[in-house]
Amino acid sequence: MNEQQQTLWQFMAGQSDKLLSQTLQHVGLTFISLLFAIAIGLPLGILIARKRKLSGTVLGIAGVLQTVPSIALLGFMIPVLGIGAKPAIVALLIYALLPIIRNTYTGIIGIDQHVKEAARAMGMSKSQILLKVELPLAMPVILAGIRTATVINVGVATLASFIAAGGLGEFIFGGISLNNTNMILAGAIPAALLAIILDALLSLIQKMDFKKLRKALYVFPVVILILGGFYALPTAYGSTLTAGFTPEFMGRQDGDLGLKSTYGLKIHTIVISDAVMYKAAFAKELDVISGYSTDGRLKAFDLKILDDDKHIFPPYYAAPIVREDALNKFPELEKTLNLLAGKITDSIMTDLNYKTDYLHQQPERVAKDFLISNGLYKAAKNGHNGTVRIGSKIFGEQYILAEMYSMLIKGNTDYDVATKTGLGGTKICFDALTNDQIDFYPEYTGTGLLVLLQPNLKIAKEMAHDKEKTYNYVSTEFEKKFKIKWLKPIGFNNSYALMMRQKQSKELNVNSISDLKNYLDKN
Amino acid sequence: MIELKGISKNFGDTRAVKQVSFKVSEKETLVLLGTSGCGKTTTLKMINRLIEPDEGQVLINGENVIDQDPDMLRKGIGYVMQNIGLFPHYTIAENIALVPKLLKWDKEKIKSRTEELIQKLHLPESTLTMFPHELSGGQQQRVGLARALVTDPSVLLMDEPFGALDNVTRASIQKEFKALEELKRKTIVMVTHDVQEAFELADRICLMDKGEVVQIGTPKELLYKPVNDFARNFLASQRLALEFKVVVIQDIWAYLPKESLKDGDSHSADLSVWEAMELLRNNNHSDLRITCSNQENKTINFEQLTKGFNQFQNAQVHE
Repeated sequence: MNEQQQTLWQFMAGQSDKLLSQTLQHVGLTFISLLFAIAIGLPLGILIARKRKLSGTVLGIAGVLQTVPSIALLGFMIPVLGIGAKPAIVALLIYALLPIIRNTYTGIIGIDQHVKEAARAMGMSKSQILLKVELPLAMPVILAGIRTATVINVGVATLASFIAAGGLGEFIFGGISLNNTNMILAGAIPAALLAIILDALLSLIQKMDFKKLRKALYVFPVVILILGGFYALPTAYGSTLTAGFTPEFMGRQDGDLGLKSTYGLKIHTIVISDAVMYKAAFAKELDVISGYSTDGRLKAFDLKILDDDKHIFPPYYAAPIVREDALNKFPELEKTLNLLAGKITDSIMTDLNYKTDYLHQQPERVAKDFLISNGLYKAAKNGHNGTVRIGSKIFGEQYILAEMYSMLIKGNTDYDVATKTGLGGTKICFDALTNDQIDFYPEYTGTGLLVLLQPNLKIAKEMAHDKEKTYNYVSTEFEKKFKIKWLKPIGFNNSYALMMRQKQSKELNVNSISDLKNYLDKN
Repeated sequence: MIELKGISKNFGDTRAVKQVSFKVSEKETLVLLGTSGCGKTTTLKMINRLIEPDEGQVLINGENVIDQDPDMLRKGIGYVMQNIGLFPHYTIAENIALVPKLLKWDKEKIKSRTEELIQKLHLPESTLTMFPHELSGGQQQRVGLARALVTDPSVLLMDEPFGALDNVTRASIQKEFKALEELKRKTIVMVTHDVQEAFELADRICLMDKGEVVQIGTPKELLYKPVNDFARNFLASQRLALEFKVVVIQDIWAYLPKESLKDGDSHSADLSVWEAMELLRNNNHSDLRITCSNQENKTINFEQLTKGFNQFQNAQVHE
């Protein structure tokens, strides 16, 4: 099962069902939110064109909303609106708002004053002036705003997959976490095409003369409604419980694929980002989620790990992986990084994660506290003997580890440190490493095996449950293939796990994945 | 009939219009004349409430405009402006049909009225389906006039209607405008800073300065009986040309020689001195036969005309 050897076309043909439904969802999301954005933005634009004093405030607020990072915005939405379509539409709407309000405003105030005066002098009422003079004359500018908003929305809608709202982001982010270029392109190419096509269509409308424009304006809302309607296509619910899995989990043999083949688990599944998954489970939006066994939010949100009684989740022992030329360049590095080897157990890691995720302590402080209590902390030497670049993936645990390594290097060697944290996923992190953008980052044996090496099924199965075997295999293979060295494991095993709310697990008497399957089969 | 009773308007601390009062009788053309910033346009706009006066009253046909719905009021008053203000997204036909549509006229009526107007205003029928930007400035101004006239309002307000046109186009449109039957039936208030234009078109002129009325009177009264230095100086630079236009043959009848030598075409004594001079020069007439209001005939040549005019001038000064 080596997907690298599949052509993009084969991948797209094989996934055509998914591709079509994701594209429709994407178009639907874009246009539903656009529709709402127009419904809100247009009147607001008109209002501030009438009451100019308000314009600074309204445009300012819309501008600030525009600058909120999309993921953060989606995160804010969860407690209020849950997951799925609603928060995604609201978030997209917020991003589309500014260009629409601003262009409506500029369009209207830019109209020739004499034309407006003539309209008044002819005895047109305020609403007649608005509908027959101001809006038609401002229309090219307003359409330009709608065009900008549409293109922005096509882009931002890829993020909708983080909160289980579907769209082409499922492929894109799934592909990034799975190191599957075909999958990324299968999402990215249609998304880009969509943006280009919609932009071109809207520019056509924008360039029409007034006569054609008048006709087009009758058709335009209908088209938006129809396209928006794609999203309302009913989704079939297959079970009483709902699962939320990350895009990465969805495509992995030791993830959803394994759950299906080994356990025969059939559950209504939606794709969601790791960042919001736990919160959604806590808020009872989701019943079963794919998580990490050392995640601090387990403790914070009172979740229970379901026993993996058929052992599909291989061990994920964390260890720093370093490029060999970096080890040569920084002779002190290996010794220093190994100071942490074996020091952090599962429960310690969960506790550290809990401190950052739930108690909201800074990763830096958590790292320092830990090093001090274990006698590993030394004040920084402020050396200038070259700079070691540390990478980390975009989740809490990796931030903490990156901080610890940073402090260890600064305290024990004369090297300086640059951290590049928050790299969005395995592929990005690994590519940064092989392309000499970072020198090392903490990786997990299971990920190294299944995502980066992707050996055939037989080897994978053989390795899967033996910590030592997996570690030895990835060490030798990485050395051979990439000239990258696995240092000693840090100690904890952060494997995949299925989890439920403690309370629900007790109520349903579901303690293992097999229990879950039996429960679902009965209901 | 339009009557302004002591209207004033302040913009912030500036008193733009101070206690302006005048009456415009039915079918009369009153021209508000003055330099930029003298308050003439503000005064005009207070008549159809584009600007609301701070003090005073405006009566149209005896009704106070404040008591009327402003939109309805404006629909009943024609308005022509310097920048024309045609709707760029409407065809010429739609621009003209604007007010009738607001008044819910039926289509046939709008169509026949539009066709009638463009004929009177010498616009080719093909322009009806065009958009304003496809027309020349002169044609656009005619459309602006058609739009104001389409419902045949009894009152017409014009704010520098020919201000945006070049001199040649302006002169020809002014001439057409003067000859237009539709306009002779209307009570018109027009704003201009162009003295020539005011003298050309006005029945009476209201000369304004710093928001106040300086003098109201016929062009002749303004020329020969200025109330103060401002009024006198305002006209000084173009005085001779204006006098030629204002004085008609009838005025100088007494100073013309009596003999009537020949028969033939005769002109009315309403001819201005200027027009008579033009006729004498252009038509290669050695002399011109003129019939006075009491049917008396006189034949004059260029010399006799200028001599008579000079004697009339002297008599005015000595009066």
